[in-house]
Amino acid sequence: MHEREGYFGNYGGQYAPEVLIPALRELEEAYRTLAQEPEFQEELSHLLSAYGGRPTPLFRADRLTAKLGGARIYLKREDLNHTGAHKINNTLAQILLARRMGKRRVVAETGAGQHGVATATVSAMFNMECTVYMGEEDMRRQKLNVFRMQLLGAEVRPVKTGTRTLKDATSEAIRDWITNVKDTYYVLGSVVGPHPYPTMVRDFQAIIGYETQHQILTQEGRMPNVIVACVGGGSNAMGIFHPFLTNRGVHLVGVEAAGRGLHTGYHAASLCCGRPGVLHGSLSYLLQDGEGQVQEAHSISAGLDYPGVGPEHSYLKDIGRVEYVTATDEEAIAAFQLLAETEGIIPALESAHAVAHACRLAPTMESEKIIVINISGRGDKDAAEVARYLGLEVCT
Amino acid sequence: MNRLEECFRKLRGERRKALMPYLTAGDPDLDVSFDLALACEQGGADLLELGIPFSDPLADGPTVQEAVQRSLDSGTTFAGILELTRRIRRVSEMPIVFLAYYNSVYSRGEAQFVQACADAGADGLVIPDLPPEEAGNLLAEADRHNITVVQMLAPTSTSERIDLVSKLAEGFIYCVSVTGVTGARDTLSDTLAAFLKRVRALTATPLMVGFGISSPEQAVQAAQEADGVIVGSALIKRISRVRELEGTPHAIKEAERFVNSLRHALDNTV
Repeated sequence: MHEREGYFGNYGGQYAPEVLIPALRELEEAYRTLAQEPEFQEELSHLLSAYGGRPTPLFRADRLTAKLGGARIYLKREDLNHTGAHKINNTLAQILLARRMGKRRVVAETGAGQHGVATATVSAMFNMECTVYMGEEDMRRQKLNVFRMQLLGAEVRPVKTGTRTLKDATSEAIRDWITNVKDTYYVLGSVVGPHPYPTMVRDFQAIIGYETQHQILTQEGRMPNVIVACVGGGSNAMGIFHPFLTNRGVHLVGVEAAGRGLHTGYHAASLCCGRPGVLHGSLSYLLQDGEGQVQEAHSISAGLDYPGVGPEHSYLKDIGRVEYVTATDEEAIAAFQLLAETEGIIPALESAHAVAHACRLAPTMESEKIIVINISGRGDKDAAEVARYLGLEVCT
Repeated sequence: MNRLEECFRKLRGERRKALMPYLTAGDPDLDVSFDLALACEQGGADLLELGIPFSDPLADGPTVQEAVQRSLDSGTTFAGILELTRRIRRVSEMPIVFLAYYNSVYSRGEAQFVQACADAGADGLVIPDLPPEEAGNLLAEADRHNITVVQMLAPTSTSERIDLVSKLAEGFIYCVSVTGVTGARDTLSDTLAAFLKRVRALTATPLMVGFGISSPEQAVQAAQEADGVIVGSALIKRISRVRELEGTPHAIKEAERFVNSLRHALDNTV
């Protein structure tokens, strides 16, 4: 499908300082060889099940289906993973790679804190030193996750520059990697960054899609009609989409954060409102002004609050294989409440964006059609933020 | 031959080391940048590196990040930087190299960007997040406008990469002295000399050493195995400190004085 390794059409690439190029080559090589070895695959597969809790269920959401009155809805329960989100799929694989590459220390960036927690978790298990960069603003929004990382033995370094969110945390993690590249491994949390990260992280997350394929065949005897996933950097979406890309009959929908509304400018919809640009090592859609300065993203969900997006999503948008839409903060909150009330499942605010779009879609579809929503994480971490949004107070 | 190549040819003839100060254009505003640029030349700079501020300067440490923020806060635009360059050109033939992150180039279109640089009188481009593998289009465009795209090497570069870069190199090679980001440091890396020797063995292109050079002594030490030095963060730190304490005119004098101290140190050791 792609002509050059590391590129998706013209997107992707390796726009990184020279000092990192040898490390990226080393990582490419390690991924190409070590990660394909049977022992690596076996160890990973064992950890994903025995430690991570895979496979995660594909749950038929009957009450939500009845409430919406249309297509039958299934939930891919990534929220049931250890640490509460799909992020652990990737960090378990990358920590194995880091260990095989002989690194003793890892760095990571985090937005909502889910990737930070997932990295701190595997670092604790593998006894590696772990430093997580997190924007000051996100540390305020996600205090509980900060404490979780500290409990797990990680050092959380506040990032006070720029927008003090995921974008600047990522820049700071990369600067740390540049400085300590000899003994440090950078655990990137999404399908962004320079090659080989977008490909590697997608492959590590593709287990979500493979399981879904298998489960829906077992439960329904056929493929779903629509798969919906939220897109910030886009790793949970790439993970569930990947095995279905060649399945032309399956309509794939990525949902970006429209924040307070696309017309307000306060949103994080890189694909829907941005234009191609280079940030953090790859060419992809980017929120930027006329001068090429990267713009601040806005979303109630810290995990979607990123002005860039994975390069493969940019390619899939341009060729029309995936449809990209948006959901506002308000719609996400309503979906968050609806899923809690109808199914007893509190989704992450990120995943609630996907639920919100499914809520629009389902009533327009016939009852024998099937929608799968990727519930990429659980929403405990967001309870306080949602309460605040609703004008309530809870202790944190 | 452009001003850049001419400059290195002349320096080699005189057996002198090149001195290239770095300033973030528009820090704290473009008028002050103009005065600082001339102060640097007055102090003995051979070339000037002007940073185009970008919201996400990945290869820069805190000092340059703050300078970039001050510049963006004062509303610096690319058009403004081109005007600054024209102003400098009216009174100076000192080669000017722009430091730009690749999105600043890409977002305008490589052809338009390079053309604008050439029209304003700039001579070269340093793009820290554009390795040679991604630079094909830009190199072709730059060539048409006689703009030099400066290649970079780092202590982590393998011999294979040094070879690749030396084949493409024009003007000079920017040798990053440390495995790290920009920023003043107390000591130079003890592996610097070995790194520079490794590069020197594979290319005749002039080598400029940058990142972390903070004092005349370090400049001399760094220049031993190279053709010159680039000093950024240490200069910016001095300028912004004096500006805060004593005001802009004193800061401009301080820039000249500091550049001059580097010049003297470099000239007196050859």
